[in-house]
Order: sequence, then C-alpha cells, then structure tokens
Amino acid sequence: MRRYRPTAIPGSEITPEASYLQRRDILRLGAAGGLALAAPLASPSLSIAAEPEPLAAAPGGYDPGEELTPEADATSYNNFYEFGTGKGDPKARSGDFNPRPWSIKVDGMVGKPAEFDLDALMALGLEERTYRMRCVEAWSMVIPWIGFPLAALLDKVEPQGSAKYVAFETIVRAQEMPGQRGAFQPLDWPYVEGLRLDEARHPLTIMAMGLYGKTLPNQNGAPVRLVVPWKYGFKGIKSIVRMTLTEEQPASTWNRLAPNEYGFYANVNPAVDHPRWSQAKENRIGGGGFFGSNERPTLPFNGYGDEVASLYDGMDLTVNF
Amino acid sequence: MPLPALPKRYHPASIWALYAVGLLPAVWTFYLGATGQLIGNPVKIFEHLLGEWALRFMILTLLISPIRDVLGINWVRYRRALGLLAFWYVAMHFLAYMVLDKRLAIDVIVEDVFKRWFITIGMAGFVLLIPLALTSNRWSIRRLGPGWNKLHRLIYPIAAAGALHYCLSVKVIGPEQLIYAGLITILIAWRLVRRHYMDWKRGKRQSSSELASAIPRAD
Repeated sequence: MRRYRPTAIPGSEITPEASYLQRRDILRLGAAGGLALAAPLASPSLSIAAEPEPLAAAPGGYDPGEELTPEADATSYNNFYEFGTGKGDPKARSGDFNPRPWSIKVDGMVGKPAEFDLDALMALGLEERTYRMRCVEAWSMVIPWIGFPLAALLDKVEPQGSAKYVAFETIVRAQEMPGQRGAFQPLDWPYVEGLRLDEARHPLTIMAMGLYGKTLPNQNGAPVRLVVPWKYGFKGIKSIVRMTLTEEQPASTWNRLAPNEYGFYANVNPAVDHPRWSQAKENRIGGGGFFGSNERPTLPFNGYGDEVASLYDGMDLTVNF
Repeated sequence: MPLPALPKRYHPASIWALYAVGLLPAVWTFYLGATGQLIGNPVKIFEHLLGEWALRFMILTLLISPIRDVLGINWVRYRRALGLLAFWYVAMHFLAYMVLDKRLAIDVIVEDVFKRWFITIGMAGFVLLIPLALTSNRWSIRRLGPGWNKLHRLIYPIAAAGALHYCLSVKVIGPEQLIYAGLITILIAWRLVRRHYMDWKRGKRQSSSELASAIPRAD
C-alpha cells in the first residue's frame, strides 16, 4: 500500500514572514472597515461581504495531475442551500453574507474545549492541495484548495479516548442567508454533518479556507469549510461555526432528510447507485459549452482508495453507503 | 371587456408572434451553450431550462379556459400554439437528455426509463403528448368529432405527470417545485368545480334579470 509522504517545501516557496503578517492585517482591516460601514447604517442586510483576497499557502503535495476546473465554474456552479436551491443562487444571493469576524467553537468530549478565530485557524498551517471533488449529483471538479489538516485542529483540543465522532454545524444567519428565510425552507437549519474520528484525523481531510490562491468566496463556504475528497460533496459542510466530539454517530442533514438516498458515510462509490440516478459515471465540469464537458467513469473512493480504503475494512459498503 | 380587443385582422400574426417569442428561450440558451457561454454544467442547465419552459407552457395552456370562464376574456385562439409550444419544449427536453446528456447511450436511457420512477413518469407524459400534438389541426378536429375533446382531456394527466416528474427529479422539493405543482393542481381542480361555478354564475345572472323584470316601474 502506498503511503502518504508530504513533499518537502522548497525554501523559495515559503512566504516571507512580513507579507504573511501583512495579509492578516489586510483581513483585520477588511473586517474593521466592514463594521465601520455597517455600524452607522445599522442595516444587517447591507452588502459588506469581503471580496476574496490572495491567500498564501505552502504546497501540500497533493495533485491528481488532472486539468483544473476553471475557477469561474467552481465559483458559480454550487450547492449551498442556505442561499437557495438553484446552482447559481449561492453566487447570486450571497452578497450580504459577511464571514468576518468568525470563530469555530470546539466542544464535547475534548480535554480542552476552545474557540478558534480566523487567525488561530490560519496558524494551523495552510497548504495548497488539489483534490478531485465528486458531487452526489454525478458531476465533478478538480479544485486547488487552501486549507489545514483537520487533525491539526483536533490535536489542539485533545479529544478524549472515548470520543468516536466529530459533529459539524453551519452558521444560521437568516438575515444574511436568503435560503434560511421565507415561508418555505427546504432543509432544517443548521446544516449538520459528521465524520468518524479516524476519518476526521485522516491526512487527506482538510478544513479549507481558500481556493485558487484566494480566500473562499461566500458561495464556496466562506470563511472555512470541510473538504473530504473521497466522499460526496455534501459531506463538505460549509461556513462551519461549531464542532462537537461525540461518542454517538451524529446526525447529518441529507441522511436525516432521505436516509435511503444519502448515507452517513457517503463514500464515493460507482457500484452503489443513488436510487434516482447512476453513480457509475460523472460529468467533469469545465468550460467549452455542450461539448466541452466530459463524461468519465467514477472511481471507488473518488480515486483515493489507496489512502482510505483501509478505514472501512470489513464493512459492507452497499449497506454503509 | 376589460382589455382593448385586438383587431381581428391581427389575430393570425399574433399567433405566429407567440410561436416566435415562445421558442426564443430555447434558441437563445442553445446558442449560449453551443458557444461555451453557459458557466457550470451547460448540458444540465439547458436540459432543465427546457423542462421548466415545458411546464410554463403547459400551465398557460390550462389557463385559457378558466380565464374565459372567470374573466370573460377569450384567448382560445392562442391555446393550440401554447399547447404545441409545451409539446416542443418537452420534445427538446427529451432530446437534450438523450443526445447531449446521455450521448445516445440507448442502454443507459432504457435503464433510466424502466428503473427510475421520475424518468418513467416524465417519459409517459411525453408519449401521451404525441397524439395530442399530431391531432392539433382542423382536419383532426373535424375527423374525430366529439372524440377529439375526449382525447385532449389527456392534457390533465400529462400536466400532472409533468409536475410529478419535476418534483421527483430534485434532491429536495423547493419553492420552485411547489409553485409549478401547486398551479397545475389548482388548474386541474378547477375543472372539477367549473360546472358548479358556471351554474352559479348563470343562475346569478338569470335571477338578477328576473328580479329586474319583477320590479314594477315607478311611473
């Protein structure tokens, strides 16, 4: 079995400390500026969302060597029901969302419950990693994420020996998220997801804070989201505000809504069809109109089987789909 | 008449204009998709757009007679064009699915139609629409006589199939699905209460005219 060896970071790639620190200042300035603008007007729906800014990261050593999905596609064809159910809604309707300042509260079965602000999260070591992303709707992308290994964050809070799962929760902020208000709500908020602790600690699992060299745009889950490349995209919960270590398997939004269609594990598996469509193939999104997209076979564990298949030894994956 | 009536000499032109305008969304989106201007998933975007317009024209077709019954505006001359537009959009929706989405993989399409409920229902709606489109001409109306009306009542199960197909195709039913399904439900339900409404309306008119004649003149 192939093992994961992080690529050594050449000195030339390391961001000078000065610009690294400056970048944080820019973030702080942006947040402060936003607040200063918002305060006198006292309008919560005022558009103060920060534009994505350059985000420096060390190369993370992961690259499937496939053509990147054009950034325009990855940032305008999204599922983020907090902003609406249409694929274009997250980009079109997330302008009011202000992801700064932000913090993630980590509690539950941990030795050191803590709250991490954006600076503390970025200090966990940002890397750029290119992953395949396979949506449960049978389309896929190749995205250069910037994030830190979730294990680094878990180490900080010292999970107790009996903790077996990590539960995640998205923010509820109806005044800035149009999908969370109105007479008809397709999902129960907050959006929740969960991982087994060993899945959460796996070196492939990252918390992304950027893509394509920039901070996450709102429609992609700003300011921080989960990326688990061997699972269907809906596991990649966005705009996370809370993580809880538990002994019991936590609820996950889509599984709760349609347990026959979406499992807790949701590992990419071409052999287990969604009841309403086949998962054997996927449509790789990427420019070029009707004839530019291309269909390709879906790989078990989205092509990350060598790294993760052993996590599920002895499990029937058609039952635990 | 609450609206100024269109002079009769413009009626044929207005029907042709409706065809032209009605086909615009398909033509324009096809152009955008073929030239690489649809961002994201162009095939699905085009396919879904065609399906949604099919439902819109289906709803407009079903609206013609309630508008006449309730508002007294007669737009029956546009109903054939609206019905045919609905048919053409369903046909294009199917073609986009077959050619652009499934790339003529017949085995995959057959599996979809027999294995996946929402596709079975959609396909049934499309198949049932074909005889309606084929008989949407004067010759057929004359030829089939009262049978024509009976045949064209198929539009109700077809519209219901369309709404169901839409609702079952999505991961979770959202406001869009509720609006389309709700409108189609109301328009079908209207047919069940229409006779009572018309009786009541006629009765009201009659009793008011009786009343008028019963009042002795005060001269």
